[in-house]
Amino acid sequence: MIDTALLQDYWWLLISVLGAVLVFLLFVQGGQTMLLDRLTDSDRSNMIHSLGHKWELTFTTLVVFGGAFFAAFPLFYSTSFGGAYWLWMLILFSFVLQAVSYEFRSKPGNLFGTRTYDTFLFINGCLGCILLGVAVAMFFFGAEFTVTKTRILDAGSPVISVWAPTHGFEAIFNWRNLVLGFTVLFLARTLGALYLRNNVALPADSDFQGRMRFQVLVNGTVFAVLFIAFAILLLTSPGIRTFYEGEPQSVPYAYLQNFLALPAAAVAFLVGTVAVLYGIIRTILSATFRSGIWAAGIGTILVVMSLFWVAGYNDTAYYPSLLDTASSLTIRNSSSTQFTLQVMSWVSLIVPFVIAYIAYVWRAMDRRTSC
Amino acid sequence: MNDLITVVDWSRWQFALTAMYHWLFVPLTLGIAVIIAVMETVYYRTRSPKWLRMTKFWMTLFGINFAMGVATGIILEFEFGTNWSNYSWFVGDIFGAPLAIEGLLAFFMESTFIAVMFFGWKKVSPGFHLAATWLTAIGASLSALWILIANGWMQYPVGMRFDPEQMRNVMDNFWAVVLSPVAIHKFFHAVLSGWVLSGVFVVGVSCWLLMRKRERDFAISSIKVGAWIGTIGILGTLWTGDSSAVDVARVQPMKLAAMEGLYNGGRSQSLVAFGILNPDKRYDNDADPFLFKIDIPYGLSILANHDPHSFVPGITDLINGMTIDEQGDTVRTGSYAERIASGLEAHNALRLYDAALASGDKEAQQRLRNDIDAHFADFGYGYLTDPSEAIPPVAMTFYTFRIMVCAGGYLLLFFVVALFAVYRKEKWFDSRLIQWGGLLTIPVVWICSECGWITAEVGRQPWIIQDLMPTRAAISDISASTVQTTFWMFAAVFTALLAAEACIMLKQISKGPEK
Repeated sequence: MIDTALLQDYWWLLISVLGAVLVFLLFVQGGQTMLLDRLTDSDRSNMIHSLGHKWELTFTTLVVFGGAFFAAFPLFYSTSFGGAYWLWMLILFSFVLQAVSYEFRSKPGNLFGTRTYDTFLFINGCLGCILLGVAVAMFFFGAEFTVTKTRILDAGSPVISVWAPTHGFEAIFNWRNLVLGFTVLFLARTLGALYLRNNVALPADSDFQGRMRFQVLVNGTVFAVLFIAFAILLLTSPGIRTFYEGEPQSVPYAYLQNFLALPAAAVAFLVGTVAVLYGIIRTILSATFRSGIWAAGIGTILVVMSLFWVAGYNDTAYYPSLLDTASSLTIRNSSSTQFTLQVMSWVSLIVPFVIAYIAYVWRAMDRRTSC
Repeated sequence: MNDLITVVDWSRWQFALTAMYHWLFVPLTLGIAVIIAVMETVYYRTRSPKWLRMTKFWMTLFGINFAMGVATGIILEFEFGTNWSNYSWFVGDIFGAPLAIEGLLAFFMESTFIAVMFFGWKKVSPGFHLAATWLTAIGASLSALWILIANGWMQYPVGMRFDPEQMRNVMDNFWAVVLSPVAIHKFFHAVLSGWVLSGVFVVGVSCWLLMRKRERDFAISSIKVGAWIGTIGILGTLWTGDSSAVDVARVQPMKLAAMEGLYNGGRSQSLVAFGILNPDKRYDNDADPFLFKIDIPYGLSILANHDPHSFVPGITDLINGMTIDEQGDTVRTGSYAERIASGLEAHNALRLYDAALASGDKEAQQRLRNDIDAHFADFGYGYLTDPSEAIPPVAMTFYTFRIMVCAGGYLLLFFVVALFAVYRKEKWFDSRLIQWGGLLTIPVVWICSECGWITAEVGRQPWIIQDLMPTRAAISDISASTVQTTFWMFAAVFTALLAAEACIMLKQISKGPEK
């Protein structure tokens, strides 16, 4: 049998990979937020065509991210989804709108008109990114909940995880959470512009490509400012840590300490940040450079992974409770059992194969587009 | 307590709303994906333009439908957390795994290859495209496999034990969960019913084309494929339905009793072919359960145990402690009143165990663990206050079961006639009667399909996990008004999108295949 702690660490690593890939794939949502801009029909059609080939992958990654959290850390699933009810429901609502829009928007008889479905895509792009950012921000800035397992025996009120009565609205209107929410939105818009610049087969000097370059400039700048603000907030924030299996305690500068204690996280964060900035700046400076999405995409994945690592590793509570420190969720106290984690770990060996066939299919589908 | 019950009811309504909308689209996805794959295979082998047109026409309808299945599906997965958070913790160690595997094995396959299916005609080779179409169909069925394993486990919890230290159930045998007969029968029953629904859809739409005197050759060839897939589907559905009935008799006898409106069972039990339930009947009064009924002698004993003389317990028998075991033998168990007392014993022992754990009293822990194990089979009954709470809504279960079975019988006849006509009496399809028959069977198959799920899910109430957790103990700590708001929000959105989908479908069908 593999050691439980090792399995828990492995599953947190997988969650970090899925979360990071999801944030990268939000370039689809970022692209959607530009659909209501003043565009020619041809440009809008090109954008829809390009994003329409990829939206399902973002959607699927979100679903798998949720499923993996459920399987590996069920107490998080139970606490966060049942607690921050409105936050998650609004996220899901926006993704419901997305799921039909690509297919329905241009079909005759779609009842509401193409513009409505484009508005749905815009709503999903904005709301989805901001609210997912808010959901992840609670990993660092905490949430208002308590967990009391013995309540399951209280027939009149059996729910073990109890949240603030505002059920997620308090998180949505928390300014620190919103900083990350808007950071994710402008990152997605930047990645969306970089992706479209790379994927839409129009000459580098066309109006469309110029417009995407301008979008990279504007959104990339706003993103950089917001990202710096978030980084300052993160590095100065306290966190909750468990020392030697004892009661969790609040620790000042916990995430800064975690970056120092976890060199891999620090390196991933720094290299990732440089890669994102390289992708943005080189695109802004060079009219012919169209591969910024690769550097910025890989950079995004590295940075987001490092954020998950400092949130959960080094005995840190990845879901700090603002109401009761002892209720905070760690990768030790919220996980599935050794048996389930081990079974799931065997299943996870298929991940490289899945990545390989997705890459192969993307390549096959994009190769002839660009000819 | 009243607010708790209201939250439970609204949470159930919301889940039912989402599941029923989802199930409007999923069976068509499951079956029509196979039909398209068959058509494309014929095209690949013959390179006949007719088969390419057929593939592309039905693929367009598949795509419109698939989008709605995806939209409603995401809500379902997350509702386990948002509305049933206690459940997510209590059995997340077991239930989460199939959902994660579903995402990893099936969703990525579907979402990757569906893009090739729709956009890859001129980008990949015909062989690659055909493989992508088959992989999409396989991905859809794999997705159904894992979600039905999860659903089967809720109805027949196996491969697990209770861990009092963590106050939750934990998995101890993955293969018992995956290979549970309830799950396997459910999988084949649900997927093959999707073939039936899609077969009817293809035959029905083709009949409409014939009614309009359009695309005769196209329509007749489509009917052939649809009728074959539908016939295979209906035969498989009937077969697995029979196996599922035996499962229900063994592991959810109360559901079977509700399906039959049976209060006082016995040996050589007849099956109610048609009946009108007496609304005044209660398990503890002597009123006749039926105002009117037509019986099939020995029918229920054969259905439940494949033995015309076997015992089938009724609702009152079960409440009084008479049932059949997993081998089909008649056994006496505790009455439901005793099971409620036993469940409370388990709760109490768990409370004491928690205290012993906190104080480090190992001896007490061991003793209490034994107590919990002894009473754990009745754990869920500890949440009930009266035996009557363990009875599912009889009328809804009884009538939906009958609608499903009658419609299923009709669909068998429908496909026999369709196959005979399309190969031997093609002229029959010129008859308005046959054309209208084909078209009007489309709503019948959808009603049949939805009724199947209502029977399965309403019939297992009050349990979210059979005997271990009632829905009232599975909820989230949210107010009834919150759930009501999201219920109406999703009801409005799903209804509007369903209307849009229906209009798009009708437009596409009316447009017909591309020239």
